[in-house]
Amino acid sequence: MLSTTSLFAVSAEIADPVVKTNLLYEWVGLVPGTMALSFLLILFFGKKLPYKGAEIGITAISLSFLFAVAMAFTWIIDTQSVLNGDKGETAAAVVVDDPIGVGETAAPLIPLAEEGEKARVTIDPIVKEFDWLENGNTTFGVGTLVDGQSVMMLFVVTFISLLVHVFSTDYVGGDRRYTHYFAFLSLFTASMLFMVLSTNTLQLIVGWELVGVCSFALIGHWWEEKANSDAALKAFLTNRVGDIGLLVGMITLYFGAGGTFDIIDINSQAVAGEIDHTLLLIASCCLMAAVASKSGQFILHTWLPDAMAGPTPVSALIHAATMVVAGVYMIARLYPVFWDGLSISGSNINLMALMGGITCVFGGALAFVQTDVKKVLAYSTVSQLGYMVLALGVGAYTAGLFHLFTHAFFKACLFLGAGSLSHACHHTFDMREMGGLRKIMPKTFATFVIGSLALAGAFPFAGFWSKDEILAGAGVWPGTGGNGTYYIPFWFGMLTAAMTAGYMARVIWLVFMGEYRGHAHPHENGNRITVPLMILAFMATIAGFLNMPKPFADFLGIKDAGLAFEHWVEPASVAHFPAISHASPSLSLAIVASLVAGAAAAAVWAYYRRLHQMDPKATAYTDSFVANNKLIRAGHTMLVEKYYLDHLYTHLIAGGTKGPLARAAYWFNQNVLDGTVNVAGRSTASLGRFVYRYIDQGAIDGAVNASGLGASGSGQVLRGIQSGKIRSYATLMFGAAALLAAVFIVVV
Amino acid sequence: MPLLAAEQVSFPVLPALIVVPLLTVVALLFVPRHRADYLKAVALLGTTITGAISVQMLASFDVDDPGFQFVSRATWVEDLGISFFLGVDGISLFLVVLSGILYPIAILATEPHHDAKPYYAWLVLLQAGSMGVFMALDLLLFFLFFEVVLVPMYFLIGGWGHGNRVYASMKFFIYTMAASALMLVGILAVVFLTAAETGVTTFDVTQLAGASALSDTAAMLVFLSFALAFSVKVPLFPLHTWLPDAHTEAPTAGSIILAGVMLKLGTYGFIRFGLYLFPEAAWNVRWLFITLGVIGIVYGAVVATMQTDLKRLVAYSSVAHLGFIVLGTFAFNPQGIEGGILVMVNHGISTGALFILVGWIYERRHTRQISELSGMQKAAPVMAGAFTFVMLSSIGLPGLNGFVGEFLVLLGAFNANRYAAVIATTGVILAALYLLWAYQRTFHGTPTETDLEMKDMTMAEGLSLLPLLGLIVFLGVYPKPMIERIEPAVEALVAHVDAHVADFADTEPEAPAERTDAGTLTDALHEAEEKKEGK
Repeated sequence: MLSTTSLFAVSAEIADPVVKTNLLYEWVGLVPGTMALSFLLILFFGKKLPYKGAEIGITAISLSFLFAVAMAFTWIIDTQSVLNGDKGETAAAVVVDDPIGVGETAAPLIPLAEEGEKARVTIDPIVKEFDWLENGNTTFGVGTLVDGQSVMMLFVVTFISLLVHVFSTDYVGGDRRYTHYFAFLSLFTASMLFMVLSTNTLQLIVGWELVGVCSFALIGHWWEEKANSDAALKAFLTNRVGDIGLLVGMITLYFGAGGTFDIIDINSQAVAGEIDHTLLLIASCCLMAAVASKSGQFILHTWLPDAMAGPTPVSALIHAATMVVAGVYMIARLYPVFWDGLSISGSNINLMALMGGITCVFGGALAFVQTDVKKVLAYSTVSQLGYMVLALGVGAYTAGLFHLFTHAFFKACLFLGAGSLSHACHHTFDMREMGGLRKIMPKTFATFVIGSLALAGAFPFAGFWSKDEILAGAGVWPGTGGNGTYYIPFWFGMLTAAMTAGYMARVIWLVFMGEYRGHAHPHENGNRITVPLMILAFMATIAGFLNMPKPFADFLGIKDAGLAFEHWVEPASVAHFPAISHASPSLSLAIVASLVAGAAAAAVWAYYRRLHQMDPKATAYTDSFVANNKLIRAGHTMLVEKYYLDHLYTHLIAGGTKGPLARAAYWFNQNVLDGTVNVAGRSTASLGRFVYRYIDQGAIDGAVNASGLGASGSGQVLRGIQSGKIRSYATLMFGAAALLAAVFIVVV
Repeated sequence: MPLLAAEQVSFPVLPALIVVPLLTVVALLFVPRHRADYLKAVALLGTTITGAISVQMLASFDVDDPGFQFVSRATWVEDLGISFFLGVDGISLFLVVLSGILYPIAILATEPHHDAKPYYAWLVLLQAGSMGVFMALDLLLFFLFFEVVLVPMYFLIGGWGHGNRVYASMKFFIYTMAASALMLVGILAVVFLTAAETGVTTFDVTQLAGASALSDTAAMLVFLSFALAFSVKVPLFPLHTWLPDAHTEAPTAGSIILAGVMLKLGTYGFIRFGLYLFPEAAWNVRWLFITLGVIGIVYGAVVATMQTDLKRLVAYSSVAHLGFIVLGTFAFNPQGIEGGILVMVNHGISTGALFILVGWIYERRHTRQISELSGMQKAAPVMAGAFTFVMLSSIGLPGLNGFVGEFLVLLGAFNANRYAAVIATTGVILAALYLLWAYQRTFHGTPTETDLEMKDMTMAEGLSLLPLLGLIVFLGVYPKPMIERIEPAVEALVAHVDAHVADFADTEPEAPAERTDAGTLTDALHEAEEKKEGK
């Protein structure tokens, strides 16, 4: 541990910042701007256009995508040039090939790759900001922040969004609210990019909320059915619970950092230790609540599977690839805050790693009992989001973001694949109504299998690389190094790897193998559906190579290609990013993890194969050890009931607020508070009668007449109101004034 | 506090804002009572001119001047130092403009079903009153307007309201009157106690605030007498029970004005006559109002969730929103007070729009019961869109007007009392709960046959709502011009409080020791690294 600590000092050398800029970085604000404009255009003119507004959306997102690609390329070129510029001076003698496998015996806690990167310099973030409002000595800005992280996210969002737009033209073609649908896709993309490019935490909150609203609108797209409308409401409300954490956390940070919302400023202060550790801890915990709601972490994940009520392309875009990773993105954005607040470095466990670990296991377990293919994918998303949070929790920053990157492709591929299946099978997602589709829908089959392999982490698909880096990052496996020794998260991660392979094997068997069990006439879909699938499958295959370990790149003979993603995305040697240490890859870990996953998949496969041999139409054993064992059945019921969390929220908490609690408050309101008023009113009225009868009639009549002045027109309307009670009012006023005057005379 | 800065203004803007509606009332008296269309046109014209003058005033308002502008003063009762003293600063500016804008919209958006003449006369008279109350700088004048606005509202609710209108209007009237009676005593006390000390009898707020000649006990008692009147008006928990009744039974225009303008009398009063006149007393009991404000936020929202009547639901949501304003005001820092003023204006806009929409639903369906409405989005998609939009603004969605104010209030409150701020944040979820849930039950779901026959929003209705929708977006996206105008006055107020309160802990966040330019940061980082190594 000690040697790791001393390492921080070495790798945290601050070099002079490299300032690079160009028009693309400066004007990236145009991208969300274009999408927002597209939203307005579709909303107001969409219905009258030949393609009902879809053409505007697709044009806008295509332009945005081109912008994002151009910017990504410029960024990569700039980063590489900076990287190469330094290499000549420092690294030539130091770069040592990391002997994986061999390294274990030497057990160097200092990863060798680290040495070569000691002086790695990254480009300073390009910030462009306008004043949004000023208050006191604080300026609230709105602007764009370009760095590796936002460039990466910009690419992912526009890429997936473009494919989803194209896919949707067929998938929701002829829908009753087709124009509305495309308008909200545009608004969602705009809001997401607005959030991604935030320069300050306030802008982040704004974007965060806006994506939530778009998600609400799109989940409830078919609101005629109560279930859909309920799901939308649930999603919004659950996210609101997290928003409390978000607001309180950001406000705590604001004060902790001496009154600033600026992300880089806050990060720099957190790195420099200028913010009180306790405050950072409180802020981190509050923000984790926000992450739990937005990124579907256990126990606030329950809205995410329900959100599958929305159209499938929306699930692919919003509830798998982009919006739900907002929480992960936010952690990465404010990484120094969590790094210090949760003491990530040199520890065995922390809130973030634990939350991620629990989420990935519990979510994965739920995926086993679903019969709806979209629900399997939804729980799988929950589980994978847990993986990302786990990664960031153990200090594997790049691994977490890299998993976000690869997951976007293969999960979007799988969701769109599920959409393709449903489109062919008469709008059902029930796997019991499928089967044997591999021959009927070969393109969907092939892409779905590729997506599943990537998700399950099979070599050499995308998920393999990112998952492996996360497991290595936990720092448990011999020779990996990392930032601590996170035993529990590591084993949770390993278990999840097995579960992921298992439930995806189940899905593939039930959907594609055996015989068709449904009653529709499935057919392969058209190009607008299959081409996006193929593109995504392609990405799911190759994306992982972007961050292959250095030894592997050397093995392939491409010297500089190793850890490219890390070089592009992770800041190094800057004042606003902590000095994290990188785990070294381990061949043995990769082999073990693959074997575990393979074994799980094989077991599931054998299970269903045997079932198929017994009864070709069956999808579950009716009479077996699993069905008969009480304990297992109880476990199964628990999973089917989703750990009873929904019962807790809907019936106990929400029902309690809307029901007994609100009723009690209202009873109190009507009977106690209002009752007092009514009693007071009635007694005043009696007092008024008394005063009227026995005291000064004339004066009070005068008051009444005065207040009735000008009421001539209302006379007939108001008959019966104005007589007795105004008098009691006057009495009351007189009495009260007299009383207070008396008090003043006595006291003052 | 520097005062009376802009006396060179030649056109008497502020008196005009009161006189024009009064003249309109006179004009209305000459229109035949059966010509509802003429009556409406005259009322609309008069209130629109008033609105235009108020907007013109906004345009010529000097941004950097923290004092009162467009000041207009005429002696009224010389011996007692009572004068007709009007002025506008950043605190009252937008409330005056809001009063200018909301009336024409309320007249345009709804119509009375009978007795158009007195209806419009009362409504326009109400505009004169509410203009006056935000501009008066003479205590007696303020009291006069404060009371005068009650009368038209009383007749509007009693005459053109719904079912239980008689009870509601009486309750409204007695409740508010009884409390303000104590304020009258308070006003007299502060004037004559100051006179006893300084020898000058005056009702001029600026002079009274400058003198601050009252003993601690007297100031506290007088402040409490003011505070009671304002608390009823706000209304603060537990003095809010008149509000749901008055709102529910009032005609739509009455509800719009009640929520948009009249509730603000209380919160405005707290800032202008509470904090300004009695800084020390207000400071010493701030915990009471922070507590009541927070209770109001949560309580109003919880009760709103179980309402079965749409209008009553919106009414309870007002209790919650107004709680935010009180919380911000008694945070005693610029963020909180500015946030409070922003919430005042934004609540006026959003809730006004919500009442208009609920009014239209009622006109079409003759019910406001949530259980009797469903799937309206099918028949009235445009109205559903407008409702969603306004609802999101009321929930406080960032990007729309509600957010900025609420956020500033939370920021200010966090600075003053973080536990209160955290509890208030829960209001954020509850607001989403009651409004979205109501929306889901009424607009989503399977429509019944009556629902399907419902008419969508007409073009005229849409146009009358459009200014409010525009403001919701504008103030959400670009609140800077508004805050710029509010800020100098609020900072002057906080400075005034600071000067008069001995133990006033400035709750402004301290400026960070080192600002972040690359050089210092790098140094700081190196230092931190060295420290770490040393360990």
